[in-house]
Amino acid sequence: MTRDTVQESAAQKERSMVLQKQLIGDYYESLGHAREAGRRVVSTFVPGNLTELLRSFDLLPILPEINALQSGMRKLSANYIAEAEKQGHSEDVCTYVKCDIGMLKSGNVGPTGVKLPTPDLLLLSYTGCFTFLKWFELLRQEYQCPVAMLHVPYLANGRIERHHVDYVVQQLRTEVIPKLEQVSGRRYDEARLSEMLALSAKAEDDFVWVLESAKNIPSPIDAYFGGVYYIGPIFTAFRGTSEGVEYYRVLREEIAERIRSGLGPITPEGAMESQRYRLVVEGPPNWTSFREFWKMFYDEGAVVVASSYTKVGGLYDRGFRHDPNRPLESLAEYCLGCYTNLGLPARVDLLERYIREYRADGFMINSVKSCNSFSVGQLLMLRQLEQRTGVPGGFIESDLVDPRYFSTANIKNRIESYMQMLAQRRVAEVTA
Amino acid sequence: MNPELEQILSRAQTLYEDVDYKAVAEWKSYAPGRRAIGYLPIYVPRELIHAAGMLPVGIFGGGDRLEIIRGDAYFQSYICHIPRSTIELALSGRLDVLDGMLFPSICDVIRNLSGMWTMLFPGRYVRYVDLPQNYDAQVGGEFWRRELTAIRDDMTRLAGGAIADQSLRNSIRIYNQNRLAIRELYQARSEAPWLYPISQVYAVLRAGAVLPPEEHTTMLRRYLEMASQGSSLPEDRSRVVLTGMFCEQPPLALLITLERAGCWIVNDDLLLGLRWFTGEIPEEGDAIENLAQAYLTQSVATASCYAPDGQRGRWLVDAVRQNRADGVIFCAPSFCDPALLEQPMLVAALEREHIPHTQFKYSEDTGQFAVIREQAGTFSDSIRLWSEA
Repeated sequence: MTRDTVQESAAQKERSMVLQKQLIGDYYESLGHAREAGRRVVSTFVPGNLTELLRSFDLLPILPEINALQSGMRKLSANYIAEAEKQGHSEDVCTYVKCDIGMLKSGNVGPTGVKLPTPDLLLLSYTGCFTFLKWFELLRQEYQCPVAMLHVPYLANGRIERHHVDYVVQQLRTEVIPKLEQVSGRRYDEARLSEMLALSAKAEDDFVWVLESAKNIPSPIDAYFGGVYYIGPIFTAFRGTSEGVEYYRVLREEIAERIRSGLGPITPEGAMESQRYRLVVEGPPNWTSFREFWKMFYDEGAVVVASSYTKVGGLYDRGFRHDPNRPLESLAEYCLGCYTNLGLPARVDLLERYIREYRADGFMINSVKSCNSFSVGQLLMLRQLEQRTGVPGGFIESDLVDPRYFSTANIKNRIESYMQMLAQRRVAEVTA
Repeated sequence: MNPELEQILSRAQTLYEDVDYKAVAEWKSYAPGRRAIGYLPIYVPRELIHAAGMLPVGIFGGGDRLEIIRGDAYFQSYICHIPRSTIELALSGRLDVLDGMLFPSICDVIRNLSGMWTMLFPGRYVRYVDLPQNYDAQVGGEFWRRELTAIRDDMTRLAGGAIADQSLRNSIRIYNQNRLAIRELYQARSEAPWLYPISQVYAVLRAGAVLPPEEHTTMLRRYLEMASQGSSLPEDRSRVVLTGMFCEQPPLALLITLERAGCWIVNDDLLLGLRWFTGEIPEEGDAIENLAQAYLTQSVATASCYAPDGQRGRWLVDAVRQNRADGVIFCAPSFCDPALLEQPMLVAALEREHIPHTQFKYSEDTGQFAVIREQAGTFSDSIRLWSEA
C-alpha cells in the first residue's frame, strides 16, 4: 500500500505519504534482517489479524495478502501466478494464493526487493475467508513450520454473541498464545498487550475521523482508492505502535486542513478539483492496474466517499475499538466484526447506511474473480441496494492481482456508461 | 436382471431424476403437519431433523436435469454451478416443499448462499451451520455442542414439539445403521466392482438424499443382496479412486463414462455427507455430546476441514492402499475452491508414494464427455501397461 508505484513526479506529496512510505520501507527492511537481528516472524492474514498480540511477544508479522497486492502493484504478480499454475495450482482459484506461492517458488524476494524470512509460525486467523485455510495448509507444506489455527465463527446474522467471543478467547488461550510463547521464548504479558491496545484505540479514533471526513461536501478524501493507503498501517503491522498513532495524527491534521481549505482528495495527478459524483464502492480494488483504475473514476469527477474494502480489517466506524481493559475479549470481537465475516444481509445494511449517511449519488461493485468471500451474492446485493435506496448501482468485474482479468476497455466503458447514466438522471431530477 | 433389483434401481433412478422433489411432497402428504428441512453439502447433523419427526432433504443442485433460467442472473461466470441451480430450484418453486434450509460451512460460496437465501426468501427458516475447525473437546467441542443445541431448539420450534432425548438417541441409531449399510456397500464394491457399477451405486446412494433413513437403509440392504448375486464377470480394468466430488455432483453420465473408459471406481467422495463418520456414534448417554464428539473425532478427512496434523493427503493414500487402487482421478467441479486448492497437496502426497493420477474438471451440467473418456481411457491404459512392465 505504499505510493511508490505511483509516478511520484506527478504526485503531490503530503507528510503522511512520506511517513507511510518510510513505515512500510522500514518494515520490509526489518523483515529482511529479522534473522540477523534474532527476531522471530509470524505469517498471518489481514482480516482478524492479531498484530498487538504478536508485537507483545516481540514477534514480527508478515502478511501474505500485502505481499501479493504489493507484487500486483509492482507488476510482478503475473509471473508469480504463472509459476504457481505451472506447478499445478488451478487457474480457477484465488490469485493472492498463487502470487504468494509463485513468489515463494521464485526465491521469496518480497515486493521491495528484500528477501523475506521463513516464518517461524503460521497464524491461521480463519476470518471471513475459506481460502485462508487452504492457503496456510499449502504454505505449511512449503515451510514445514507449525500452524496456530484460530477459527473465527461467521456472523451469519451480523451480530456478535457471547459464545462467539468465548470460543475465540478460548482458542487464544489454548492454541494461539501457547504457540506464540513457544516461538518467541517469552511469556504472555497481558499488561504489555493492554498498553498496545490503548495505542491501537488512539489510532483508531483518528482513522475513523479520517473515514468520516468524506461526509463533507466536497469530500477531502477518496475513501476507496485513497482509502487503501489510509488503511495500510492500521490493517497491518502498525496497530499498537507509537508510529501508527503518529501516522494517523498527521493524516488527520492534513485532512482537517484540506477541509478548512475546501480541497478534495490528492490523486496521483494532483488534487481533485471537481467532484461531480459521490460513490460508495463494494469489493476490493484491482491492484495490477490500480492507478489506471482510479483514473477512470477521477477523470469522470467521481469521488468514493465510503467503501467496504476499507472495513475488511475492522468496522471501526461502527464503533469498535480495541479495549485495553478487556484485551483478549476485545481481540476476539475485532476478529468477529471484520467485514467479510458478516452475513450478506448485514453487508447490505452497512452499504445502505453508507449510501444514505454519505449522501452518495450511486454505488459501484467491483467484483473480483479471486474472492468468493466478497463476490458471491454481489449481484443480489446490487438489486437489494437499488430497491432500498433508489440509488443506481454499477457492476464491474476484475481481479486482485491477475492482470489477465483486468480488461481496460471493458471496465472503462462500463464506468463511463454508468457515469453518463448518473448525469442523465441528475438532469431528469432537475427538470422534473 | 433380477426383477427386485430392477425395481430398486428404477425407484432410485426416478428419485435421482426428480428435480421437483415429488417424493418429499408425497412423504409430507402421508400425515398432516409433516415438515421437511433441506440441507446443502457436505455435513449437517441430520439426526436432529429426524428426531423432530421431520424429513432431512439433501439439496445437491439440479445436475444436468434442470434448465437454468433465473439462477445465472445471480452469479458471476467464475462461480461454481451448484449455487445457480440451487437458486433456480428455489425461484422456480421446486423447493417450496421445504420448511427450512441448513447451509453448512463448506466454502465461501455455500456460506454466502445462506445470506442470499435470507434476503430472497424472508420468513423462511435459514440457518448457517458453522462447523468447528478446532477439534479440542473443551474448545471446538464446546462451541459445537452449543451449535447442536441451538439447531435442536430450532428443529423443536419448527416441528412444534420437543425432541425427547430418547428420540434423538433413536435417530442416531437409525443413521448409524444407514451409514453402516453405505460402508458395507463401499466395501463390497471395492472387492467386486464389476457387480456394483457406478451408475447403480450412485443412484442407490443418492436416494438417501430424499428418502427417510429407515427406507434408504432397506433399499441399500436389498440392493447389496441383489447385486451381490449378479453374474457379471471381472474385466481387466484399472481400479481407481475418485476425489473432488464431495459437493457439486457430476452428471451420472460422466461417472458412467469413466467406467466405460476402463476404470473400476473402487472408492470416491461422492455424497460424502451421507457417510460422514468413520464409525458408529454411541447410541447411549448424552446424545448431543455423542454427536459433538463424533464430529471431532470420527469425521472423514476432506478439503473443507482443517487438518491439524498437516497430513493432507494421507487419507487419499490410505484409500488407495485399502482399496488396492491403481491410481487416482481428481475430478473436481470448476471453480470449487476447497477441491482445487487442496489438489496440489494431494498430488504431492500421491507422488511421494508413486501413485499415478490424472485430473479434469466438470460442472454438474457438463454434457460432453468425449475428452474425459479419452483422458480416462488413456490413464487407465497407461496404468495397466505400467503395472505389467
